[in-house]
Amino acid sequence: MEWRGFLRPDGRKGLRNLVLVIYTVECARHVAHAIAAGEEEVHVIGFPGCYDNAYAIRLMLALGRHPNVGAVLAVGLGCEYTRPQRIAELVRDSGRPAGWFYIQDQGGTRKSIAEGKDLVQRMRRELAAQTPRVPMNWADLTVGCECGGSDGTSGLAGNPTVGAFFDFLVDQGGRAVFEETVELVGLRQHLLERAATDAARDQLGNAYDKAIRYCRAVRQYSVSPGNFAGGLTTIEEKSLGAFAKSGTRPIEGVIRVAEAPPRPGLWLMDTVPDDHFMQFGYTNPNDTEGIMDLISAGAQVVLFVTGRGSVIGSPVAPLVKVTGNSDTFRRMEEDMDFNAGRVLDGELSLAEAGMELAGLIARVAAGEPSKPEALGHREYFVMYKHQDTPSLADGCRA
Amino acid sequence: MTRCFQIDPRDNVATLLDTGGGTIEVAGQDGASVEAPQSIERGHKVALRAIGKGGEVVKFGVPIGRATGDIAVGEWVHLHNCESLVDERSQGLHPVSGAASDTPYE
Repeated sequence: MEWRGFLRPDGRKGLRNLVLVIYTVECARHVAHAIAAGEEEVHVIGFPGCYDNAYAIRLMLALGRHPNVGAVLAVGLGCEYTRPQRIAELVRDSGRPAGWFYIQDQGGTRKSIAEGKDLVQRMRRELAAQTPRVPMNWADLTVGCECGGSDGTSGLAGNPTVGAFFDFLVDQGGRAVFEETVELVGLRQHLLERAATDAARDQLGNAYDKAIRYCRAVRQYSVSPGNFAGGLTTIEEKSLGAFAKSGTRPIEGVIRVAEAPPRPGLWLMDTVPDDHFMQFGYTNPNDTEGIMDLISAGAQVVLFVTGRGSVIGSPVAPLVKVTGNSDTFRRMEEDMDFNAGRVLDGELSLAEAGMELAGLIARVAAGEPSKPEALGHREYFVMYKHQDTPSLADGCRA
Repeated sequence: MTRCFQIDPRDNVATLLDTGGGTIEVAGQDGASVEAPQSIERGHKVALRAIGKGGEVVKFGVPIGRATGDIAVGEWVHLHNCESLVDERSQGLHPVSGAASDTPYE
């Protein structure tokens, strides 16, 4: 299967040709959104904090240089730590057009919005005229997956259907990324047995052990009385339902947030904060944060499995919603892209569902908007997190 | 007809898609079924094969726990006859509500 993508100057291939507006503090949020309002293919992300954070900066840079993004406008207020100028410079280093300004320098809200609209419209024209279209196939694709709003069907049909698709994607030379290490409690041995290499085995063991230390430190394991009342008997059983989205192929290794898989195959993303900062921050505060992390790995499409039904979307990369619950699909059809519940209804095998999902993803890759994309859902969430952050280790002397 | 779903051919349990007992059809397996002596709730598990005390309860093709007593074909498999291999609180949970009995309140 083949479709036409957008070739970036750094050689990466995207499915969309977007301008991304990035704001560097909450104070610039309104202006950033007003710039994007009413503009085609202009998305917004931003970081609310005034004091900067290395994870958030890496995440925003990864999204600014994402294959689906052709140009960036960074907007700051003028007195925050995070520097829009540096973001624009680094995006420009990747060959993409990029601009920036401070709202304080522009002289306020209206002037900043007018300047921003002028800049993004110029970028849009430049991208439309100059972005080369190139053939793309599965080997050019990175796909992420996570689940949320889960019910009993997620582990039975939703996640296993994604697993079947991931097996196909990996066999075609593509890159598949899953996360939620804290939801793999009890599966250490099972996880290690899936390692492609000794190095991957070490990485998986370390990521698992860190997740367990995190769970112990916050005294929370991702299981609840409601899960048991619903029929799940052990935490291993719940974990396997989440792990089912990884399919059956060997795991090549562990990547961190804002890190792209270095070679084809199946990868686990570690989104858990590092130990020494563990008291500051949460590993998975909400579904949107996890989706942002997956997009930061260069995923041009992200799959979201939801049994109960969720209505979120994402900027930068289209979100494709899969439900394992036929009732949810019928009740919320305008939000749901794929009904894997047909597997439980006896209409499809898991393998067939996986291939049908591949067909849908190929159509979205070729430009057909996913349901949340067509509805205009562009939720994002960038927060303080501490993961491998030596460059910002300095602070005030006590 | 009450139905259940087996995820992996190696599994010795299947998940109920409807609440019910008696003859439970295994979805997508050409008329295969088990006989359940009691009604089992949707989302809970039924044994497809006999599991001896201490034997592994297998779902997704891997162990999800250990049988704490002999389990017959067609029997409900849950907290009353299956324990976690990792969760130290597993056996302190109410078999129906899942409520924990080990949390001190006073």
